[in-house]
Amino acid sequence: MSKYPQISPLGDRSILIDFGGEISSGSLEKVLFFKKKIEKSNFKQKVEVINTYNSLLISYLFTIEDVYGEVLRLKGLVRQANIPKKSNYKIFQIPVCYDKDFGLDLEYISKANNLTIEDIIELHTAPLYQIYFIGFLPGFLYLGGLDKRLHISRKKSPRKSVEKGAVGIGENQTGIYPKSSPGGWQILGKTPIDLFNKNEDPPTKFSAGDKIRFVAVSKNEFVEIEKEIADQNYTLKFENYEG
Amino acid sequence: MKAEIEILQPGLFSSIQDLGRFGYQKYGVPASGVMDRYAMRICNLVLGNPEDTGVLEFTMQGPHLKFTESTSISISGADLSASLNGNLIPMNERIEINAGDELKFGKPRSGFRAYMGILGGFISEELMGSSSWYEGLTENIRLTKGMKLHYSSENLVEVDTYSSLKIESDYVLSKEIEVYPGPEYDKLSVDQQKTIFNSEYTIEETSNRMAVQFKEDFENELEPIITGPVMPGTVQLTPSGKLILLMRDCQTTGGYPRILQLSEYGIQVLAQKLPGEKVGLFRKEYPNF
Repeated sequence: MSKYPQISPLGDRSILIDFGGEISSGSLEKVLFFKKKIEKSNFKQKVEVINTYNSLLISYLFTIEDVYGEVLRLKGLVRQANIPKKSNYKIFQIPVCYDKDFGLDLEYISKANNLTIEDIIELHTAPLYQIYFIGFLPGFLYLGGLDKRLHISRKKSPRKSVEKGAVGIGENQTGIYPKSSPGGWQILGKTPIDLFNKNEDPPTKFSAGDKIRFVAVSKNEFVEIEKEIADQNYTLKFENYEG
Repeated sequence: MKAEIEILQPGLFSSIQDLGRFGYQKYGVPASGVMDRYAMRICNLVLGNPEDTGVLEFTMQGPHLKFTESTSISISGADLSASLNGNLIPMNERIEINAGDELKFGKPRSGFRAYMGILGGFISEELMGSSSWYEGLTENIRLTKGMKLHYSSENLVEVDTYSSLKIESDYVLSKEIEVYPGPEYDKLSVDQQKTIFNSEYTIEETSNRMAVQFKEDFENELEPIITGPVMPGTVQLTPSGKLILLMRDCQTTGGYPRILQLSEYGIQVLAQKLPGEKVGLFRKEYPNF
């Protein structure tokens, strides 16, 4: 018998809901459906609900007075069996320059996975990647959908500094470094766009449930976009999907 | 009037902190905020400030500060031998400051983190609803020599002195860290569940505002989990046996099993432990579970 979803307190100010299961778009849909339902429900104090692949963390501003009652209330909310197959999300186009100057590990990936550099770019730009959630660093997107042929192990010794905007692969994940930081992913390109802007509210345009596609741009286009961003003349392209 | 605090010496690691950022974890932003919420609360209460007013947090070695205008301050948390113009000053009390006064800290006597509140709070950068400093997000990360902090020397309204305020300072010396079982606690064997509460742990030198680590390894064969939410107080267990006790500046998600979760009081006690100190884990149960 499945014990999921499991709802339990986590410390004095949070409740964790674990839906179990694997990483999949289907699980995410379920998690996001209940996230919305919980956010809309009646709380006695200010809360924030965050999701990961298969969990929701409900953080309360203050100590939860009646933990038992609150867990029961949440149990009632996640009892619903059938989830409407309807979702609205955005599809963003992220420009990436796969020039060798930025794609520091393109040669390595090419040899290790027996692909031409053109193959790598094609395989990386083809999928519609699912944004599962934002975590790890401010603005870091957990993406799903990387082609198996691009899976590659992390570097044996991480780089001391990976540039902001670097696009990389670590095992079965692809992602963008939102700021310069040490990192062990294999780097295949760079995006000129900001994933996180601390002076904007919200500080990122992306949300769990949205999707992105990488669009290959030349080095000239990269420089052009970088200039537009500096002049605050650039708008990130996206389309709304309703279904 | 332009009132400034001049930083003559910054101390080991000093920063402005408040209750931290709430509502931005979904963008991957750490909560931040004071490590010891109780000390911050006391600092503000004795001054008559709102409880969530930002304070300065000092680590083990306090700074040397000079005030350009009169104000009132308060010191709480660790006892780092605070002195004003060379004279020791009491903790958890309102201290009057005159223009030109110098505040200095000396030998750490108890605890690891001291706090300084100031009447009316600091005038400082606010980002995402908080004035807490955090590397990569705020202009300032830590006090540096020559830096200037700003405060208001106006509106010095007389406030209740809270003379009846009862202060519990025993926690600073406590060696028991209060924890709840975490989401992956049940994955430990019965023996391991016993051992974890019957062991003594030493605070690692590398411990900081992001995480406290223990020197002792805790052998385990737990599998990594699918990356899930973590928060300040979450205790992760790595495959190599490291216990990582996440603190205020921690990441928002993680993939190590979360075997325990510190209570708010547990975080407060742990915030006052020095590297090398020994502590035990004390099990707390959720009410009615």
